[in-house]
Amino acid sequence: MKQFIEIFKPKTKAQTTTLFAWALIAPAALVMFWVVVWPLYETFRLSFTNANLGTLMTGADYIGWENYEKVLGGRKFPAIVGRTFYWMFLSVGFKMVLGLIGAALLASNIRARGVIRALVMPPWIVPIAIGCFGWLWMYNGHFGLLSNFAEMAGITDGPFSFLAYKQSAFYSAVVTDVWIGTPMVTLFFLAAMQGVPKDLYEAAYVDGASRWYRFRRITLPQIMPTIISMALLSAIWTFNSFEIIWILTEGGPRGATTTLIIDTFKTAIFSYKFGAGATRAVLVVLILGVFSVIYLTVLGRLSKKYSYSGAQK
Amino acid sequence: MMDKYSLLHKIGIYFSIALFLLFMLLPFVEMFIASLRPITHLFSRPQLEVGETLSFVDFMSRFWSDKMSFQAYRDMWVTVPQLPRYIFNSVFLSTAVTLISLCFVVPAAYAYARFNFRGKSLSLTLFLAVNMFSGAVLLIPLYKLLRSYGLLNTYWAMIIPGVAFLVPTGIWLLKSFLEKIPYELEEAAFVDGASRLYTLRRVILPLAVPGLVVVGVAIFIGAYAQQFLFALTFNQNRDYMPLPAGIFEFIGYQTVLWNEMMAASLVGILPVLLIFLFMQKHLIAGLTSGAVKE
Repeated sequence: MKQFIEIFKPKTKAQTTTLFAWALIAPAALVMFWVVVWPLYETFRLSFTNANLGTLMTGADYIGWENYEKVLGGRKFPAIVGRTFYWMFLSVGFKMVLGLIGAALLASNIRARGVIRALVMPPWIVPIAIGCFGWLWMYNGHFGLLSNFAEMAGITDGPFSFLAYKQSAFYSAVVTDVWIGTPMVTLFFLAAMQGVPKDLYEAAYVDGASRWYRFRRITLPQIMPTIISMALLSAIWTFNSFEIIWILTEGGPRGATTTLIIDTFKTAIFSYKFGAGATRAVLVVLILGVFSVIYLTVLGRLSKKYSYSGAQK
Repeated sequence: MMDKYSLLHKIGIYFSIALFLLFMLLPFVEMFIASLRPITHLFSRPQLEVGETLSFVDFMSRFWSDKMSFQAYRDMWVTVPQLPRYIFNSVFLSTAVTLISLCFVVPAAYAYARFNFRGKSLSLTLFLAVNMFSGAVLLIPLYKLLRSYGLLNTYWAMIIPGVAFLVPTGIWLLKSFLEKIPYELEEAAFVDGASRLYTLRRVILPLAVPGLVVVGVAIFIGAYAQQFLFALTFNQNRDYMPLPAGIFEFIGYQTVLWNEMMAASLVGILPVLLIFLFMQKHLIAGLTSGAVKE
C-alpha cells in the first residue's frame, strides 16, 4: 500500500504544480460533471429509448436507432433545421453589423460617451423574459405601438398582429433576438476598438488615410479576433435561443418559429416524449459541434495571422 | 486634429446614435407608458370609418393623456398578492447562485491564471464548451436528476442548474483579471517562505477584490436573467417562483392586465438596473478585459 502511494506522490516541481492546480479546479470540474456531463450522457442514452410519461415508473426500453430514423426521416425535420440556421445567420448577421456600427459610433469622439454607453446596455442586463414581455406588448395587434405606428404611417391598412402570421412572427422574433444580443456585441467590439494602439491611427492619418480607410484597414483587422469569437459565441447562443421564441410565439403560428430547440422542448416537456426529445437534443449538440469545428477550421488560419495575446506572456 | 469632425459628420454621428438608442430603449419607454395608462385607455381604439386611417393625433394620444397615473403600481400588489414574494425569490436565488458560484470559480480561475500544468488548455476548452449546451438541451436528464434527489420544487432546483451554467463564464472572466496581477508579488511571497494557499489568501485575493466584485456582479446579473427556463420546468411551487415566471399570473383567463404586468416588470428589473448603474464603469471594463489586446 505504501509503495502504491509512493507512485502517485509528486516527484518534480511540475508534478506538484499540476496536482495543486487540479486540486483547485476539482470542485468546479465536479459540479460540471454532475450537472452537465452526466446529464449529457443521460440525454445520449435516453435518445435510444422509448422513454415517456408512461415508462417513468417501469423503466424505458432500448429501441435502437428508431428515434433517429423517425426524426431524420420526418417530413418536418429538414424544414426545422433549415429554419434554425436561417434564424441563426440572420440574427447573428444583424447583431454583428449593428454591433460594429454601434461600437464605431461609441468609439468616436463624442460628448457624454459614458452615459450613452450605459444607455445601450439595458436590453442585455434585463432578464430576457421581461424584455420579451415588453416586446409582446409592442407587437400586440390592436393596441401595440408598432401596429399603431404602421397603421398611421400607412404601411398597413389596419391593425396588424405581428405575431399572428407566419412570416411576420418569424421576423418579429428575429428583431427581438437582435435587440437582446446587440448590446453585448457592441460592448465587446467597443472594448476591442479602444484597445487598438493609437499610433497606428496617427501614422495612417499623417499619411493622409481617410476615416473610412482607417476603419477598414486598421480597426477591422485589429479587432478581427474579437469579431471571430463573438460571432461564434453569438451563433451558438442564437441557435440555442429558447425564451425569446417561447414567450413571443411558443413556436407558432403553425410552426413558423419552431427552431430545433423549441422542437426539442415541445417534444420532451410538452408531449412527454423524453426519448424522442433526447434524440433532438443530441442532434442539436452534434450540429453545433460540427458547425463550430468547421467555423474554427475555416477561420483558424485567418486568426493566426493576427497575434492574439491571451494568457501566454 | 485626427478626432475633429466636420459639422456634417457630427450631425450624422449624433443622429445615428439617436437611432441606435431609440431601438435599444423604445421597448422600455413603451413599457413605462403602458404601465401608466388605465386598462380601458390601453384597450381603446378610435372608431374609424371605412377607408379612414389612424391619424397622427390618435397615434400620439397613446403617449400622453390626462388619464395616466401610477395606479397600476398600486393595483398590481392586489392582483398578484404573491408579487413581493416573487421579487424576493428572484433576488434571493440570484444571490445564492452568485455566492455558490464564486466558491467554485475563485480557486479554478486562480489555477488557470497562474499555473502551467498538464491538461490546462483542454480542460479550459471543455469548461467553455459548456456554454454550447443551453439549459434546454439538458432539461430532461436534469429533471430526472433533481427528481431523484427530491429537489424538484425547491430553491435548489433553480440554484443548481443556475450555478452550473455560470461557473464557466465566471472562471473565464476572473482568469483574465487574475492574469493582470503581477507574478513577481507571488514570487516575493514564495521567497519569504509563504505557502501556496497563504499566498492565494493574503496576496492574491486582496488584490483581486475589484475583479471579484465585477465577476460577482456579472454572475448576479446572469443569474437574474436566466431564471425563467429553470423555473418553468423544475418548479411548480408558487412560494419559490421567481419574478419572470410569476409575472405570467397577469395573463388571466379573460384579459391580460398589460398595465400592471408592465409595472411589475419594471419594478422587477429595478434591482439589476440599480446594481448596473452603480457598477457599470467597472463592470464594462471588467467584462471586456478579454477583448482588449495588451
